[in-house]
Amino acid sequence: MKAFTGQGLDRVDGRLKVTGAAEYSADVPVANVAYAVIIGSAIASGKIARIDVDAARSAPGVLAVLTSANAPKPAGASAKGPQNGRVLQFLQDDRVYYDGQPVAVVVADTLERAQGAASLVEVTYETSPPSVTLDPTSSEAYAPEKLVRDPTDSHRGDFDAAFARAPVTVDATYTTPCQNHNPIELHATIAVWQGDDKLTLYDATQGVFGVKRKIARLFGLAETNVRVISKFLGGGFGCKGTPWSHVPIAAMAAKVVGRPVKVVITRQQMFAFVGHRPPTIQRVSLGATHDGKLTAIRHALVSHTSRFDEFVEGSAVVSRSLYACPNVETSHRLVRLDVATPTFMRAPGECTGNFALESAMDELGYALGMDPIALRLKNEADRDGDTDKPWSSRSLRQCYEHGAALFGWSRRSREPRSMRDGKWLVGFGVATATYPVHRSAASASARVKADGTAVVQSATQDIGTGTYTIMTQIAADALGLPFEHVRFELGDTAFPEAPMSAGSQTAASTGPAVQRAGLAARRQIAELAVADAASPLHGLSVTELDAKDGALFIKSDPARRDTMADVIRRNGGRDVFVEAKATEGEERKKYAMRSFGAEFAEVRVDPDLGEVRVARLLGVFGAGKILNEKTGKSQMLGGMVWGIGFALTERTRYDVRDGRVITRDLADYLVPVEADVPEVEIAFVDEVDAHVNELGAKGIGEVGLTGAIAAIGNAVFHATGKRVRDLPITVDKLI
Amino acid sequence: MHPFGYLRADSLEAALGADAERAVFIAGGTCLVDLMRLGVMKPERLIDLNRLSLDRVVETEQGVSIGALVRNSALAEHTAIRTRYRALSEALLSGASPQLRNRATVGGNLMQRTRCAYFRNSFPRCNKLVPGSGCAAFDGENREHAILGGSEHCIAVHPSDMCVAMVAFEAQIRLRSKQGERVVPIGEFHLLPGRRPDVETVLAPGEIITEVMLPAVPFFARSRYVKARDRASYEFALASAAVALDVVGGTIRAARVALGGVGTKPWRSREAEQILMGRAPNGPAFEEAARAALAQVAPRPHNAFKVVLAQKTLVRALEQAANA
Repeated sequence: MKAFTGQGLDRVDGRLKVTGAAEYSADVPVANVAYAVIIGSAIASGKIARIDVDAARSAPGVLAVLTSANAPKPAGASAKGPQNGRVLQFLQDDRVYYDGQPVAVVVADTLERAQGAASLVEVTYETSPPSVTLDPTSSEAYAPEKLVRDPTDSHRGDFDAAFARAPVTVDATYTTPCQNHNPIELHATIAVWQGDDKLTLYDATQGVFGVKRKIARLFGLAETNVRVISKFLGGGFGCKGTPWSHVPIAAMAAKVVGRPVKVVITRQQMFAFVGHRPPTIQRVSLGATHDGKLTAIRHALVSHTSRFDEFVEGSAVVSRSLYACPNVETSHRLVRLDVATPTFMRAPGECTGNFALESAMDELGYALGMDPIALRLKNEADRDGDTDKPWSSRSLRQCYEHGAALFGWSRRSREPRSMRDGKWLVGFGVATATYPVHRSAASASARVKADGTAVVQSATQDIGTGTYTIMTQIAADALGLPFEHVRFELGDTAFPEAPMSAGSQTAASTGPAVQRAGLAARRQIAELAVADAASPLHGLSVTELDAKDGALFIKSDPARRDTMADVIRRNGGRDVFVEAKATEGEERKKYAMRSFGAEFAEVRVDPDLGEVRVARLLGVFGAGKILNEKTGKSQMLGGMVWGIGFALTERTRYDVRDGRVITRDLADYLVPVEADVPEVEIAFVDEVDAHVNELGAKGIGEVGLTGAIAAIGNAVFHATGKRVRDLPITVDKLI
Repeated sequence: MHPFGYLRADSLEAALGADAERAVFIAGGTCLVDLMRLGVMKPERLIDLNRLSLDRVVETEQGVSIGALVRNSALAEHTAIRTRYRALSEALLSGASPQLRNRATVGGNLMQRTRCAYFRNSFPRCNKLVPGSGCAAFDGENREHAILGGSEHCIAVHPSDMCVAMVAFEAQIRLRSKQGERVVPIGEFHLLPGRRPDVETVLAPGEIITEVMLPAVPFFARSRYVKARDRASYEFALASAAVALDVVGGTIRAARVALGGVGTKPWRSREAEQILMGRAPNGPAFEEAARAALAQVAPRPHNAFKVVLAQKTLVRALEQAANA
């Protein structure tokens, strides 16, 4: 029988989701729940002068109106030191740092009454002139101490000298706009206190343990007294990575009214206090020899962060290692503005940075008169130039070769504006995709019962990616049980700890822990069997045994077998339970680890009206072992569709005069609709990576987005001869 | 949402009853409910018209009579509209989504309100919301705003696709109130913002749109609607054009030209129509007409591109109509 891992099995939670039975955080039935509505600031900078809450307080059904004047000051709220996530605003003082910052909270017995009362609250402000425009020449730009994992700047060789000597150069500035995460499911939290010092949170989060720690710290609670549950997530994309202000607000409000409190933020508030992708201004300078060998790369980023916290979009990191080049210089600078704190948004760093680098590479191809694929293959890096380590695996060449054949790249004529289909200008574009392999420590437990079924638990999350399904596959293989006999449970801090579902790390982190727990449970049952005189396997060594389909058997004589259910029943019928932890070994010290891919786009541009339509997308990826081809392809598909929105429509706009966000819903913040999404083809090259982790899986949540943006932009240039370096590529930039 | 009273009217007489002047009429609700949920519109009382029998399309010798409650999807698919007023069918189908078109009505679409973000988000300076408070868009983010028909008091663009085609076809709108009935040409139904952008139409309080009449003009069969926008579907026009051409023996005998996405009201261009008369239906005449249609523009910093875009959209529509 084939292993379950690797098969394109249907999602185990698919039926629950399509029938509406899946219980998302806001759906959890909690008795006597009250509803909180958060009122956001109507200014971007200044102070609250006065809040008139009288009318709201006396409105029907209102239980409490909280402002900085009367909100509790939880024990840990003012503690200094590491924040376990972002600095939050939950009514602790009267300062306003950004548009839409929580300034008051109304709690009522129904949602409608809370909303009605909230409209009666009148806030007056002392406004300071805000600044929300990112100026790359700002004298206030500063170098952050470090990026999330990487150093702020890098220097290798001598960029200046090499660039000055290079016979062919590209030197251009690329900009990407501010963007906001918009998962279908809004942020939602239900806070339930048990007594004064125990708290349960049903929270839409990508990291239950992160929420637990942050809230325990803010409220001065023992970590063991905070439980966080998140069974289903309607998309996260980074904004649900760390808790935002509504989470402590829910806990605080529940305490004040002495009832459980539910907060579901509004779509408009998705653009306020729950993170965003910051705008980037990136200067990329490339130098090359006449035959296309890169001799110099410089990639310099300027981005924004808030006045009170720091997040860096690590755009230039990708340029340190994507291509072979002896002289490389990268830098990241931030300017503090009167904006909310940015955060991780799908493929942080890589998608913005790779748009700039891969657009510049396309420009270099034209400057050299060289095919863009040939240019990239000419600069293939057999080692990571940044760390000088060999790659654990790298299949970029195979991706390009396979992709070029699948896409029909040879049908492309080189000159811009040289291909047409009726009135439409046609363009082909290509770009490299890449995303690092991340891994964190993770734990899992496995419980095998006397009926031959198993429950495997880990406090990971399924953010819509298919975690329930792939972990069930891994566990069934490790345990040697039928797929249907294994139930995988997640999203509860009562389970063994696992990391945040972010950075494409879930399969690579939690997968090995689940595998380890499954293998350990199987071994325990095998030990029971070989010690059991009634077992056909009695007296053997466990190393001689294998397990499949619920039975242990001798590898050399599969007919000699004993079912695990029988073994457990004969030995007292008690569950076999083990907990296991999996951490990284020495592999990262020896190898550089990244996923790679080649993404192709065909666009059509209306030469008169400037409308761009993506006609085809193809992505070919080398991402290690694909644990489930079906959910794996969905991950890539989602990323590539996002690439369409990133390239053509998405942007958060501010009114620079008052610093307020004017794109506040999905009518003004445009994402692709069905008609914008063409045929999208996805293929994986067979990539066996013996080094990344026990499963050979690299993580696939983000890489799909990283090449699509530049591929579409490059195709628009090929179609029109216009290089739009400022995203999104809208009609006004092409007519 | 603000609390409101609700009355479901079973007849026109009931709808026009005692308190109609202080109520807001609701049909499909696709615009109204959205704005109520946003807190932009806070009617004290809604009178639901959906039960009235105003949902028929009738062909007569004078043209086509369209009940005010005919849904956008039904109108777009109606044979008479598809064949005799093609631009209207195309305009309807280019708007919103199938779900919204199944709900939205003809009367409601005539009353559709602007998509201006300052208006929809109840930002402090909006003369539509608070007369005299100013126009935040005028010197603010105005990429989507009007280049025709605006004033310093308001440059909000009229969002309807349907109305653009109806303006080209010189639709007549029948209105009923307790005082009686009147008929208003669509060109006079919508008002320029001037100093009172909060007054958007000639519809009086308590007055109900009951019917839209399209005149029987044979060359309206040769009409087209072209729309340029920021994504392929489910998005408002950056610029659109509804045109009809009467071409006899290689000469344009009559033309109708209307623009959307660029005006503070659905924009008829008689200047363009004049230029097209007597000309050969091809590039030079079309481009001259397009320049004339946009001659009176007053673009703002972010929407100047619409001048060229609207010209090209109009030329495209004229080409398509000429080649039909």
